[in-house]
Amino acid sequence: MVDNPLTKNIDMSRPPLEIAAYEAADGYQSVRLIAKGLSPEDVLQQVKDSGLKGRGGAGFPTGLKWSFVPQGDDTPQQKYLVVNADEMEPGTFKDRLLMEGDPHLLIEGVIIAAYAIRASKAYIFLRGEYVASERLLRHAIDEAVASGFLGNNILGSGFDLELIVHTSAGRYICGEETALLNALEGKRAIPRAKPPFPQVSGLWGKPTIVNNVETLCNLPGILTYGVDWYHGLTKGSDHGTKLFGVSGRVKTPGCWELPLGLPIRELLEDYAGGMQDGLALRGFLPGGGSTDFMLPEHLDTALDYDEIAKLGSRLATGTMIVLDDKTCPVGMVGNLMKFFAKESCGFCTPCRDGLPWVEDIFRDFEAGRGNEKDLQILHDHVDYLGPGRTFCALAPGATAPLGSGLKYFKEDFERHIKEQCCPYKH
Amino acid sequence: MSKQLIASSGQRARQLTAAEIADIDHEMGIYPDKQAVGLEALKIVQKHQGWVSDESLLAIAGYLNLPAAELEGVATFFNLIYRQPVGRNVMLFCDSVSCWIMGCEGLKAHIKETLDIDFGETSAEGDFTLIPVPCLGDCDRAPVMMVGEDLHRNLTTEKIDEIISHYRRGEGGE
Repeated sequence: MVDNPLTKNIDMSRPPLEIAAYEAADGYQSVRLIAKGLSPEDVLQQVKDSGLKGRGGAGFPTGLKWSFVPQGDDTPQQKYLVVNADEMEPGTFKDRLLMEGDPHLLIEGVIIAAYAIRASKAYIFLRGEYVASERLLRHAIDEAVASGFLGNNILGSGFDLELIVHTSAGRYICGEETALLNALEGKRAIPRAKPPFPQVSGLWGKPTIVNNVETLCNLPGILTYGVDWYHGLTKGSDHGTKLFGVSGRVKTPGCWELPLGLPIRELLEDYAGGMQDGLALRGFLPGGGSTDFMLPEHLDTALDYDEIAKLGSRLATGTMIVLDDKTCPVGMVGNLMKFFAKESCGFCTPCRDGLPWVEDIFRDFEAGRGNEKDLQILHDHVDYLGPGRTFCALAPGATAPLGSGLKYFKEDFERHIKEQCCPYKH
Repeated sequence: MSKQLIASSGQRARQLTAAEIADIDHEMGIYPDKQAVGLEALKIVQKHQGWVSDESLLAIAGYLNLPAAELEGVATFFNLIYRQPVGRNVMLFCDSVSCWIMGCEGLKAHIKETLDIDFGETSAEGDFTLIPVPCLGDCDRAPVMMVGEDLHRNLTTEKIDEIISHYRRGEGGE
């Protein structure tokens, strides 16, 4: 049985599979099941039973999210599925692999999700810089339309689906699902107030599900090989496989599909080859730039949503950024603060004004002008910009590396003040 | 960002080209309202003209019957819409965390020295504009940057020299 459903067709040394080869590798089997009478309710139940959690960062159960879409004759008949392919989280490089490596897998996932929520129109919200993904997806969509997997009355099932590739014009905030919907509507990408949640009132006011690329790529396997097979992929409490990446100064940085629940050590040492010669591990962000630092003492923790949450961090995107002992932790956090300050949409005050203040203080630390009072201001901002203080999750995301960095690398901050310079540059 | 307000710039809308109008009309079949087409039209005009001038922005607003100020608000929000002229090749330079760990600051200094431009500037010859971009999602091959539509990975100062002369010889990009 297949044990790497997300990457089984991926070989980056050649172009992705054309539709015939994709079908020969069990592709589009799920659409044939739908044509044979599998109902939207059946699909929803299987996805709920699978335990699949969203792979975009938040880890919300996918089936539960879908179940919030109002169904029935008295609900809006136009519903939308939107693919969040706006991969821009610092240090995250997994959705690109899926779209460039096996575009038909994503398209099959889109068909399944759209069918389950009864959406007749779907948009792939793709970041504008992913030009290769765009080209490959458009080609694969043309093939899927020609084979009857997209369009009207798919394989005689009575189900219609139009799939559109939308290339974005930039900005990290578009990864926030309501900001994404505003961008898709041609507005400034500012997050919306919730409620109403997009599941009820989303794109152009219609019920809308926004799912991440990797989440959708899990669906064909679940329908084709079954829920029991999906549960059998993992040993821990979370189900399925996930793409895990490692970047930074390790021997062999990369992205691999692994079952959830493996120890972090295995990812870092066996797959990423451990640290480059002469360097030691200082810490790591387990799932992109918006996650809390973890330390070498945490290496035996399982790559699992709940286990990492117990240590105050998040598995999030599953792409790890590694800090070595020759790189300045203060500089690393400062780089992230510059990113978040620049990418604030500017709508709410704590984020718009707080993040640039934090960024300025880091610049002072770097230039040898750090002082105790500023250090206190940084600590204060972990609270001022934290969860519940701002309109969306951007600034709270920034406080994850900020707060944990202040805690774990206290001595480094103090040395910047005492020596009035960055000690890593001397 | 535009240094002048549209309303006070004294600029008038230019005529959209037939090709631009055809592309914009195509988008009208994909999106149910004109506001959504507005952002697409900005991208279309930029594809044809290289950037979005005041005259272009006013032309789009006129064609789609959208308020110019609202369209300007959208145009200036998105970092891949250029409201100032850019060089023949736009360098989108990743300065996010993985590229920073892998030494992108030294590479940026090298580009700055070689082309005599900082972020947001265009070289004297008009061939390169340097713009920072959020994480390009290729972190296992950091540092990375895009030039036009091409992605360049595992950058070193030597590679950057090669890339610059490659585009200067006109072998890439436009």
